Amino acid sequence: MGDARLAVQFAGALVTLQDSGRVGHLRYGVAASGPMDRVAFAAANAALGNPSGTTAVEVSLGGLILECKSGAVTVAVAGGDFTIEHAGSKTSGWMVLTLTQGERLSIRVGTSGSWAYLAFAGDVVANKWLGHTATHSTSGFGGGAVVTDQQLIVERAEVREEREGQIEQPGFLPHNGRMRVVMGPQDNWFRAEAITAFNNNRYSLTDSYDRMGVRLQGAHLPLDSALSIPSEPIVRGSVQVSGEGVPTVLLADHQTTGGYPKIATVISADTNVLVQLRSRDEIEFEAITPVAAIDIARRFSQDLSDYLAQVSVPRGNLQQRLMQENLISGVVNSIEEF
Amino acid sequence: MKPRFTPVADFAILVTFSDEINDEVHAAIVAFDQAIAQCSSAASPSGIIEVVPALVNVMVTFDPVVTDHARLEAALRKLLNNTAQHQQNPYKRTVQVCYDESFAFDMDAVAKACKLTHEAVVNAHLAGNYKVLMYGFVPGYAYMGGVGKSIQVPRKTAAVRDIPAGSVIIAGGQCLITTLKMPTGWSVIGRSPTQVLLDDPDRPFLFDVGDEVTFERIDLSTYEALSGSKTNG
Repeated sequence: MGDARLAVQFAGALVTLQDSGRVGHLRYGVAASGPMDRVAFAAANAALGNPSGTTAVEVSLGGLILECKSGAVTVAVAGGDFTIEHAGSKTSGWMVLTLTQGERLSIRVGTSGSWAYLAFAGDVVANKWLGHTATHSTSGFGGGAVVTDQQLIVERAEVREEREGQIEQPGFLPHNGRMRVVMGPQDNWFRAEAITAFNNNRYSLTDSYDRMGVRLQGAHLPLDSALSIPSEPIVRGSVQVSGEGVPTVLLADHQTTGGYPKIATVISADTNVLVQLRSRDEIEFEAITPVAAIDIARRFSQDLSDYLAQVSVPRGNLQQRLMQENLISGVVNSIEEF
Repeated sequence: MKPRFTPVADFAILVTFSDEINDEVHAAIVAFDQAIAQCSSAASPSGIIEVVPALVNVMVTFDPVVTDHARLEAALRKLLNNTAQHQQNPYKRTVQVCYDESFAFDMDAVAKACKLTHEAVVNAHLAGNYKVLMYGFVPGYAYMGGVGKSIQVPRKTAAVRDIPAGSVIIAGGQCLITTLKMPTGWSVIGRSPTQVLLDDPDRPFLFDVGDEVTFERIDLSTYEALSGSKTNG
């Protein structure tokens, strides 16, 4: 144990420090921030056996290259499909590995995905705001952006060999490009043809995509009249439609209020999928009832905690792994018999 | 007033009191917000995560594992019936403003548009009765209603970049003190040394929604003296 010092040789735009987010200040204009993809962030921490919400680096499409200057630390990379290069070998993302003095770790954009999480077996030094390191990108409050030539210091850094290896990817998230939404809360401001268009057309993500939100391209969504509604609260997942009829999905660092009507709101589970898409990727919206949305949220919560429990089991060395698998299959068998 | 309950995704309800902003609507919103906050923990509807009062509605977010739209709506409706008991006298705060021309980038334009002298714009701004209607947009932007008719100007057609934090800006009937260097389409008429973002974990933001605000004029040297040390209204 001790500190590990990691020199940032390169950091792309929008690479930031994030914990689970500062929930509780929305009424003061503060979005929760935190990871764009909450599942991948949680997986990276779970794979290291970290307390949930431990501060990690959110890596954007811009990528990140670190060099370990001193100490050693086991790290986990999860999210999207990024390419990892470490100590001369190249692997795909979703991996736990140990970084020792003189070694380089590069996390670069791969075949798909927009955000990856680099979690540490230890505490990365980061500024807090309102009790959280989550970076609010608009203000820079919280841990802040990770930039080239900066040094990241991981305190109480540990090597956790028993956790090294592949991280199982979550299998419970939808991959069909359908984003489930509950219509509204301001769908009544739209013409009937706008609602039909929204529900029956494909939309593609545009390059106007950052932590605040992503603008979509597709069928125009005409408003009922040239209107100015009083500014109303916004949440993560709000699909706001500008005066020109163009929808934007608001995300982790969303503005907290806005005067454009919100035609629909993406359910919380599916924003984790949406954020991993890239510009020109296509989505469809699927309207579901609030009751169905609650059912999905509860199943998602259960699936996520089952998944994280599984990911957080240390793999151990080969012999230990074999023993574990025997034990687990033994338990499964006895349950089945019972 | 019969509020409308609208489900939002799988984790929120929007309680809308009216489609138009007025004092009565906002008073009902503040009373409802206070009723939720002051509920004894035993009587408090379970599963609530955040309550966000705004101009005509209140967003209540919740944990979908603990509750759902229908159950929370029923609990909130019950609270609505009791909000009358929770009315509090608003807190009164004073915010200092320096209208020096080096800060008031749009004073000329506002004065011209309103056919007033600079001094008359300042006096009209000082004469308003302001009330914090909501926080919105970014951290600490407290939207206050109460800008007098004589100096009401529309938003600019395009936002101007890099307006410094602490700027006192107006648009229509609303006024706010910016907390970040941000673009804005509102008119900049002064600068305040009063901090809205406080470095206090127990009270991180100066205003509560519903607070009444009076502006007090200060000159440039007072501004400079005060902006060195943080001041709270």
